[in-house]
Amino acid sequence: MIDAKLLADHNLTQDEYARIVELIGREPNITELGIFSLMWSEHCSYKSSKVFLKRLPTKGKYVIQGPGENAGIIDIGGGLAIVFKIESHNHPSFLEPFQGAATGVGGILRDIFTMGARPIAVLDSLRFGPLDNPRNRAIMDGVVAGISSYGNSFGVPTVGGEVYFQEGYAKNPLVNVFCLGLVRKDKIFYAKAEGVGNPVLYVGSKTGRDGIHGATMASAEFGKETEQKRPNVQVGDPFKEKLLLEACLEVMDRGLIIGIQDMGAAGLTCSTTEMAAKAGNGIVINLDLVPQREEGMTPYEIMLSESQERMLLVCSRENMAEVQRVFAKWDLEAVNIGEVTGGGQVRVTWHGEMVVDVPVSAVVDLCPAYTRPSRRPEVPPAPGSPETPPPPSRLGQVLLKVMADPNLADKKWVYRQYDHMVQTNTVLLPGADAAVLRIKGQKRALAMTLDGNSLYSQIDSRAGGRIAVAEACRNLACVGARPIGVTNCLNFGNPEKPEVMWQFEEAVEGIAEACRAFEIPVTGGNVSFYNDTEGASIYPTPVLGIVGLIRDIGRLVGPGFKKEGDLVVLLGETREEVGGSQYMRIVHGRETGPAPALDLDAEKRVHEVCIAAIERGLVRSAHDVSDGGLAVCVAESSILSPAGLGCTLDLDESVRVDALLFGESQSRIVVSLGRSRLSELRKLAARKKVGLSVIGRVGGHDVVARRAGRQFLRDPVARLRKAWEETLPRAFSVR
Amino acid sequence: MKFGVVVFPGSNCDYDTYHVARQVFGQPATFLWHKDHDLRGVDCVILPGGFSYGDYLRAGAIARFSPLMREVQEFAGRGGLVLGICNGFQVLLELGLLPGAMLRNKNLKFLCEHVHLRVENAATRFSNRARRSQVLRIPIAHFDGNYFAPPDEIRELENNGQVVFRYVDERGRAAAAANVNGSAASIAGIINRGGNVLGMMPHPERASEAILGSEDGRFIFESLIRSGKPGPRRGMAP
Repeated sequence: MIDAKLLADHNLTQDEYARIVELIGREPNITELGIFSLMWSEHCSYKSSKVFLKRLPTKGKYVIQGPGENAGIIDIGGGLAIVFKIESHNHPSFLEPFQGAATGVGGILRDIFTMGARPIAVLDSLRFGPLDNPRNRAIMDGVVAGISSYGNSFGVPTVGGEVYFQEGYAKNPLVNVFCLGLVRKDKIFYAKAEGVGNPVLYVGSKTGRDGIHGATMASAEFGKETEQKRPNVQVGDPFKEKLLLEACLEVMDRGLIIGIQDMGAAGLTCSTTEMAAKAGNGIVINLDLVPQREEGMTPYEIMLSESQERMLLVCSRENMAEVQRVFAKWDLEAVNIGEVTGGGQVRVTWHGEMVVDVPVSAVVDLCPAYTRPSRRPEVPPAPGSPETPPPPSRLGQVLLKVMADPNLADKKWVYRQYDHMVQTNTVLLPGADAAVLRIKGQKRALAMTLDGNSLYSQIDSRAGGRIAVAEACRNLACVGARPIGVTNCLNFGNPEKPEVMWQFEEAVEGIAEACRAFEIPVTGGNVSFYNDTEGASIYPTPVLGIVGLIRDIGRLVGPGFKKEGDLVVLLGETREEVGGSQYMRIVHGRETGPAPALDLDAEKRVHEVCIAAIERGLVRSAHDVSDGGLAVCVAESSILSPAGLGCTLDLDESVRVDALLFGESQSRIVVSLGRSRLSELRKLAARKKVGLSVIGRVGGHDVVARRAGRQFLRDPVARLRKAWEETLPRAFSVR
Repeated sequence: MKFGVVVFPGSNCDYDTYHVARQVFGQPATFLWHKDHDLRGVDCVILPGGFSYGDYLRAGAIARFSPLMREVQEFAGRGGLVLGICNGFQVLLELGLLPGAMLRNKNLKFLCEHVHLRVENAATRFSNRARRSQVLRIPIAHFDGNYFAPPDEIRELENNGQVVFRYVDERGRAAAAANVNGSAASIAGIINRGGNVLGMMPHPERASEAILGSEDGRFIFESLIRSGKPGPRRGMAP
C-alpha cells in the first residue's frame, strides 16, 4: 500500500505520484515506485535545473557528443577524441569520507571508459570546513586518502585540481571529480540497447545491498539523523574497476559489443532503462540471473542497489561467447540476464513473476521539469564599517600571512598522495596553472584545469559564473592552450528555496555568457543541489572544468621565473578593487563585495596575447593573477622558480597599495622574458589592445616591491616558501 | 635486448615500461600474460609497477602465485635478467628472489614525488652506465616502500655490494629527511647475489624522456641494453 509516508521516504511528491499513476495506468508496486523515485530524483532527472541548463551553449564545430550521454566528446583531430566530464560526490563524502570520495572517482572513471576511452587524467575540486577543526581535518584526510586509494590503484594519474576551505563546507564538503579519457574516433561507444533479440549482459562485481537510495539521498538535505545514512554509501574496489576497464576496452576494440552503460547512481534501474530509451527499444531482464553478493535480496533491492564496478552491455548472439571469454580472461563474470525487446516496456522478472512492467519513456523522459520560484537574496550586511579599511603598514608580514593561509598555501600535502605520473604523460606537475599532458608521439598536448570561486559567487552569482570560466581559460592561456570544451559541476543548496534557485539561475547565466564569449561548448556536467545541512546552504559553488589544446609542447612554459635579469611584465590592467578578495578575508575578516569587474572581450584578448607569446617562444614563464592578487602571483613565480629567483617590482602609484598588491582585478597575467623580446611582445599587445606594463625584473633571492623608488615590501623567497609549504603539513601533523 | 613486461591483473605501469623499451630505446619488447607459461625468448623480464591483485592481502603476495612466476623463477635461476620496479620489487621479495620485506611508508601515506638516489654499485648489469656515487633524480609512487630486513641481513647486503641505490638528498648525502619512506639503511634498490635480479622502488620508466623532467632513469635501461650485448661481462665487485 503506497501511502504518504512511503512517498516521503522516496522523495516523491503527491503530484509526482499522480503523474506516475497516470503514465502507467495503475498504481505502481513497490519495486516500480523505487525505480521512479530514483530516476525522477533530482540527481538523475535534473528536474529543477534542466530548464536553465538549456541556456548553456553546447554546439561547436568539434563537438562529437554534447550533454545527455555519460560524458561529452570533442574531436581533437588526427583521428582522436577526448571524452571528459565532472561529477560530484558531496553527500557520500560527508558521511563516509574515504569511500565516498573513492567511489566518486570510480563513478567518473566508468563514465569515461564506458564510451570506449581510456582515462588518462583525473582532477579534483575539493572544499572543506576550516582546518582548525579536527572533524574537518578528518573529513579532508579521508577524502584525500579515498581519491588516492582508488585513482592510484586503477592507474590513472590525478594531475591537478583545487582545495578550498570555508566554514560553510564543514557539514557539506564538496568532492567534485573530473576525468578525461582519450579515444580513437572510430572506437566510441554509446549506451544504446540496439537490435531486438540481442542479449543483455551484466558484467563486473556482484550486486549487494550497498548504496540503495544513493541518488535519492543526494537529492535531499541532511538533518541531524544523517549518520544513519552511512550504509547508503557504497564501497569501492579499484582493482575490480581496473579489470573492468581492460576487459571493456578489449571487447570494444575488437568490435564485439553494440552498446554499453555503466551502473552508477541508480544502478541496474538506470542502465536498463536508459539504454533502452536511447535506442527506442524495450528491455527484459531476469533478476534471478543477476550475480548477487547476499542471500534473499528483494527485486526492490536488486534494482536499486548501487554496488560499484558493474556495467551492462548489449552484443549480438554470435559474439556473446567471445565476449564472455574476454571477461573470463580478466577473472570477471559476464552473465546474460535478459534481452532487448521491441515495444518500449522495461520488464523485470523475479522467481517467475513479473515484478516491473512500465514504459521506458515514462521512467526516463517524462519526469516533470520544474521552473521553481526564485528570488534575489537580501545581501547580508557587511560586518564592521562599510568602507574599505586602510591598508596595513607592514606589508611584508601581510604577504607572509596571505601565503600561509590554507586557501593559498602549497597543496603538496594533498597531491603527493596521488600518483600524478602514472601513464608517463604528465608534463607539468601539479601546482602549475593548468595540468599538461602530452599525447605520445604528437607535438600537440592537452591542458586542463578546474576553477571556481564561491566567495565571488556568494556576493554575485553571475559574476562568480563568469569569472570561473574566465579564470579557467586564463589558466589554460598561461600554458599556451586554447580552450576547446567545458564541463561544469554546479554545487548549490536546496533548490526549493527561492534564493538558492536565483543563485543557480544567475550562475548558469554567467557561465553561459562567458562560454559564448570564449566560443567554447559545454558538453556536459553535473548539478548537485541540496547541499544544505540543518537548513544552512553552502555558498553557491560552480566549478568549471575546461580542457585546452596546446599546439606545440616544445614551447611550453611554467609559472616559475627562469632567468636572472628577465623582465617581469604584467598583461592587463590593475584596478582599485579589493572586494571579495582573499586579502580582505584573511587580513580584515570580511567576505564582502563587490566582486571584481570582468570584461570578457578584454579577457579574451589578454589570453590571445599570452598564447601567441608562448607559441613564438617570447616568454620564459607565465602565471595568472587570481586569488591573492599580484603579490601572491609573483611570490609563487619566485617559489616555483627552479633557482629560487626573486624579483624587484617598481609599481604604479595611482592605485591604492592594498589593491595593487592583493586586489583581484581580472584579466591579468604576469610573464617574464628576456629584454630583447620586449619589443615583439609590445607589438603583440598593442595589436590586441592589451595593456602591458614592465613592472620589474627577475633576480636576487627576495621579493621586493617599490613605489617611486621607495621600497615598501621585502620578503626572502625562502621565507615565503616556508610559510607557503608548511601550512598543510603542520595542520595534519600529529598533535 | 628483448624485454618482456609481465602483465598481472592490476599492473598499471606495464604500458609505460613497454613504451620506454620499445619507443624510447627501440628494443624489441613484448607483454607476458601472467597466466601463461611462456617467456617468449626474452632476455630480460620486467615486473612492472602497479597494484597486482589490488595489493590485497599484502603488496605482491598474490601475484607471486601467478602461473608465469614459476618460469620467472627458473629463468632467474639460470641467470636470466629480472628487473622488478615498485610493485615488481614487492613481488620479487614475496617470491624470495630478493631478501627482505616492505612495510608501509613511515608517514603512513602514499608518496608520489621525485627523489634522489645515489648509485652505490655501478658494476652491476643494471647500473654499469652510471658512475659510482652518481646522484639520480627519479620519481617514486608507492604506499609500501619502507624496506625492511634484519640487521645482519642488511650487513650482508652492504658487504656484498648488493645495495645498488640509496635515498639521498640532492647533493648525494644520506639524510633522514631524504629517506622519505623510512627504509632500512635508506635502501631504494637491491640486487641478488648472482647479480641478475634487481628490485627498486623508484620508477626509471618515468624518468627516461626529457619532456617528463628527468632522464636519469635511462641509465638503468642503457645498462641493461649494454650488458645484453656480446662481450665480456662485468663482475659483481662493488
